[in-house]
Amino acid sequence: MIASSNPAASQREHFTFAGTGEVISFTTLQETPENFEEQSPYTLALVKLDEGPVVTGQLTDLDGTVQIGDRVEMVTRKLMTEGTKGMIVYGYKFRPVLPRA
Amino acid sequence: MRDVSIIGIGRIPVGEHWESSLRMLAAEAAGAALKDAGITAVDALYVGNAYGATYSSQLHLGALIADYAGLGGIEAFSVEAADASGGAALRAGYLAVASGLVDTVMVLGVEKSTDSIGSARVQARTISLDADYEAAHGATLPALAALLMRRYMHEHKLELSVFEGFSINAHANGALSDYAMFRNKIKPGRFAVAPMVSEPVNLFDGAPDGDGAAAVILTAASHAADMVPLPIRISGSAAATDTLTLHDRSDMLYLRAVNQSANKAYAQAGIQPGDVHLFELHDAFTILSALTLEAAGFAERGQGWVLARDLGITLTGKLPISTFGGLKARGNPAGATGLYQAVEACLQLRDQAGANQVAGARTALIQNVGGLGSTVVTHVLQV
Repeated sequence: MIASSNPAASQREHFTFAGTGEVISFTTLQETPENFEEQSPYTLALVKLDEGPVVTGQLTDLDGTVQIGDRVEMVTRKLMTEGTKGMIVYGYKFRPVLPRA
Repeated sequence: MRDVSIIGIGRIPVGEHWESSLRMLAAEAAGAALKDAGITAVDALYVGNAYGATYSSQLHLGALIADYAGLGGIEAFSVEAADASGGAALRAGYLAVASGLVDTVMVLGVEKSTDSIGSARVQARTISLDADYEAAHGATLPALAALLMRRYMHEHKLELSVFEGFSINAHANGALSDYAMFRNKIKPGRFAVAPMVSEPVNLFDGAPDGDGAAAVILTAASHAADMVPLPIRISGSAAATDTLTLHDRSDMLYLRAVNQSANKAYAQAGIQPGDVHLFELHDAFTILSALTLEAAGFAERGQGWVLARDLGITLTGKLPISTFGGLKARGNPAGATGLYQAVEACLQLRDQAGANQVAGARTALIQNVGGLGSTVVTHVLQV
């Protein structure tokens, strides 16, 4: 994934993250924008990536409750549908880190 | 540079004005401000509006409102900085008069929020977030405030109930004002059990979107005293910005732009935080109130909520805030909010605040915030 790692920098470079990090805050939205209504309610989080930057994204594939400090990994999911005839937009979300085989 | 004074104020009650359009709301506030100043014309109009594009499908408000309010032909345009649009327009008006290039300016804030309802209004408001890195992920301003609040509660080991004093105070003051959207009182203990909007932000925490319009008229201080009995001096005016997103801040629990714009305004006015008699802060969420009191020099870090618990923020407290109900009870007509703050501060300084009067108020601080501290505009008003 690509993110702006330093908003103060005049010169930006593309950087590839491992996609893993930890939840530093989260909330579940009861009131959602029109384009996200079909997924309501959903959980939004601030995820601190292992490389340092923080990103805003949804948590997905949740079985139990979320806590600050939970380890998560990036996955590609549907983010929203722009109305009934609009585009379906895909992007990154984060799920709890699964045990590796 | 010239000193600048406020010589006229006007506002309409904040609420659900389904019988009026955006231009009608604006014209009513404009007329009230002209009448208050005892004049019939101004040289320029600066309009604060945040969501006209998405709430009302209407931009180009300068020409629209100048014409509809009977000011046609003058210089007029709008200023946008999300929910800080009103404060930013006031800053633009201040700069215009201070520069000496424009003599008399009307600054008018207007928002028509309630024609858009439910998830459509939630969607309309996301236009002020980062489209690629926040809104595209389903973020809303209340959700982002919730992320900030949960982090604050986590780091300082606080329960939700510690924030209740902000909403209790706002509603107690709103209950005294005919211009407030909500006039009901919140009983102690009810705050923490209110229905969740985006946990931990609940219905008694976030400010309601309302329809509203408010206006002030500015002119050079040198001739203000010849025009009205009690001009209000703008002795400090400053704006600052921070990152648009929370996630790009190295320390999200410190509102850097609140600190910077407040300090610049204090320095220009030659005052310290301790000299402020009342503070119309941007209480869109209780977490913003707590973090604002910390960054603006009224509380230590992690202690912003203590003033609310100890009733230090009531009309008779050490630092009265939200004296007409604030955003929480007066209502938040987004682009008009900064002008409501200015009108309310003027009423306090003129000793015309009625049941909401802060005794002996001579120095007022007003601060209008866009996003969660991304744009912060601060003014010091004095009499």
